[in-house]
Amino acid sequence: MKVLVPVKRVIDSNVKARVKPDQTGVDLANVKMSMNPFCEIAVEEAVRMKEKGVADEIVAVSIGPVQAQETIRTALAMGADRGVLIQTDTDVEPLEVAKLLKAVIEQEAPGLVLMGKQAIDGDNNAVGQMLAALLDWPQATFASKVEVSGQTVKVTREVDGGLQTLELDLPAVVTADLRLNEPRYASLPNIMKAKKKPIDVKAPADYGVDVAGHLKVLKVTEPPKRTAGVKVENAAELVAKLKTEAGVL
Amino acid sequence: MSSFWLTEEQEAIREGVAKVCAKYGDDYWLKTDDTGRYPEDFVADMAEGGWLGVVMPERVGGAGLGLTEAAVMMQTVAQSGAGFSGASSIHLNIFGPMPLVKFGSDAQREMLLPRIISGEDKMCFAVTEPNSGLDTSSLETRAERTNDGYLINGRKIWTTGAQRANKILIIARTTPKDQVAKPTQGLSLFYTDLNREHIEANPIPKMGRKAVECNTLFIDNLKVPFEDLVGEEGKGFQYLLHGLNPERVLFAAEAVGLGRAALARAATYANERVVFGRPIGQNQGIQHPLAKSWAELEAANLMAFKAAALYDAGKDCGAEANAAKYLGAEAGFRACETAVLTHGGMGYAKEYFVERYFREAMIARIAPVSREMILNFIAERVLHLPKSY
Repeated sequence: MKVLVPVKRVIDSNVKARVKPDQTGVDLANVKMSMNPFCEIAVEEAVRMKEKGVADEIVAVSIGPVQAQETIRTALAMGADRGVLIQTDTDVEPLEVAKLLKAVIEQEAPGLVLMGKQAIDGDNNAVGQMLAALLDWPQATFASKVEVSGQTVKVTREVDGGLQTLELDLPAVVTADLRLNEPRYASLPNIMKAKKKPIDVKAPADYGVDVAGHLKVLKVTEPPKRTAGVKVENAAELVAKLKTEAGVL
Repeated sequence: MSSFWLTEEQEAIREGVAKVCAKYGDDYWLKTDDTGRYPEDFVADMAEGGWLGVVMPERVGGAGLGLTEAAVMMQTVAQSGAGFSGASSIHLNIFGPMPLVKFGSDAQREMLLPRIISGEDKMCFAVTEPNSGLDTSSLETRAERTNDGYLINGRKIWTTGAQRANKILIIARTTPKDQVAKPTQGLSLFYTDLNREHIEANPIPKMGRKAVECNTLFIDNLKVPFEDLVGEEGKGFQYLLHGLNPERVLFAAEAVGLGRAALARAATYANERVVFGRPIGQNQGIQHPLAKSWAELEAANLMAFKAAALYDAGKDCGAEANAAKYLGAEAGFRACETAVLTHGGMGYAKEYFVERYFREAMIARIAPVSREMILNFIAERVLHLPKSY
C-alpha cells in the first residue's frame, strides 16, 4: 500500500511568535521553521507502517515556498521514500490545500492519506476533513491509534470524554492527534540517504488550482500580556479574593 | 572561501544532533559532573543515531562527511549545555580512529571501524607521557619486537576514557632515538586490546568534566600481535600528525559551543534578574561584556570553520587550525567567565550551571596543546621567526 503524507513547514513550536508591527501577520523573518509537529507524527506513523510491512511506499507532499523542500527532506530522513513540493509563495488557504492534495492523490492513487490534524500556525483543523469530502473518501480525525488490516483501517479517535473506535474502508483520510506516537529523530545514515531521494517540484498551476484564496487577514493581535500576581497574607484573604475578585468560589 | 553559513545538510545535522541532546538537559550534566557517572545513555543514543560515524568512510558504515560536519555536530553537543562533559564523551570517536582509516590495512578497517561506529568498541588514545608531554618524539614507552609481535612497556598520562575502553590506540618507540636519523622516526602506532592484566589505569582527580575521566597508565609487558600494528613500523609520528589539525578544529568548535551556552544563560539571567527596580541587563556594565563575548565567539567560530573548510578541501590548514583552537578556547573561556560574573553570587552556585561551564572551559585552553605552543607554531611557520625552543 502506498501512503501519502502531507507535511507543512511552520514556525518552530519552540519559537515565541511575534506579531509584525503593522499587525498584518506573524513575523517570520529569521525565525526558525520546522515541520508541523502533527505532520511529524503522521510521518512517523507511516514509517512504522512501512517497517511493519503494511505500507510499501511513503510519499511526502508539501505546499509552500522553496524552503519547504527542507521539510520534505526531514520527512525523507525519517523514512519517507520520495517527495512532491508544490511550490508557491502564497499562504494557501485550507480549501485550496485540499484541492491541490486531491489533484496529487488522483495521480498517486495512495491507499491511505495520513496527515496531521492541524497545523500549529493557522490552527484551522480543516484540510483533512475537506480533503475527505472532496475525494468522497471516509475520514477519521484525531487518531490516537491506527491499525490497517487488509482493505480496512481501524482508528481510535480521541473525542470529548473518551475514545471512539472506527473501522473505515480504504482508501481513507486519517488525521493524527498528539498521542498517536512519538516521532523519531533522524539518524545520520538516514539524513545521508535522504539526500539521494527524489523530490518532484511542481506549481499549483500544474494541477489547475488557483491559490489566490478567499480570505483576507485584517489584523493580527498578540495575546494580552499577563499582569503580575498579588501576594496574600493568609488563607482567609485568599478565600475572600477568590470570592470577590476571581469569582470562582 | 566557500561560504559563511551552513548548507541545508549541515543544518539537518545540527538539528538532528540538537534533538538527541535535548533529551539530556543541564540537570543531567550537573548530575554526571557531581557523581562522576559516565554519560552512558547519551553516548548510546549518539551511537544509535549513527553520529559516531560522521567522518568514517561510507564503505564501513560511516557517513563519509568532512571535518566541517563533524565540527557542526560537536559544537551542537557542547552548545546544548552538555559542554565538554558531553563533547569529550564522544570526541575521541570522531578523529581518534583516523590513523586506522588512513593507514590501517583493509582487514583492520573492515573489522575494526564498524565496531567503533556502533559504539561496540570503545577506544582510548594513549600518546602523552609524564616525561615527554608535547615533545612527543621524546616519549619513553618502548615496543620491542618479539617472535610473534611486540612487547610494550611504559607509562602514559591524560589518557581519556581508559576506564571503559576495550581498545587502545597507543604510540611507542620501536627504534631507539639514537638509531634513527630524526627523532620523529622510529615511533609506531598500535591499535590493540586494552588488556587490563598488563595495563593499569588510574583516574586523575581533576578540575572539571568529572564524568569523563583521564588516566595515568602503567603498561607492563603488554603483548601486541603483529596484525595490531597500524601502517608501517616507525611511521607512527607521521600518522599522528594527520589527526592533529582536525582535533584542534573540533576543540575550537566545542569551546565556542560551550561559550555560546554560557552566554545564552547569562543573557537570560540578565534579563530576568531585577535589582534596584530594573533588570541588571539594562546596565551597560553588564551588557558590554556579554556583547563583547558574542563578538569574540563568532570571530573564533569563523576561524574554526575556515580551517575546517580548508581541511575538507585538502588544503593546508595548520595555521588556521591552531589559531582557531587558540581563539575558540580563549573566547569560550571569557564567555564562561563573563557568564559567572553576570550571575553574581548565583554564578558561584552549581544550580545555575555556569559554574560547571567555567571549569570545563579551561580544558580547551590547555588541551590538546597549550596556547604557548600554538603561538610558537604561528610565529615560526607563518611569521618565519626563529624557533625558540
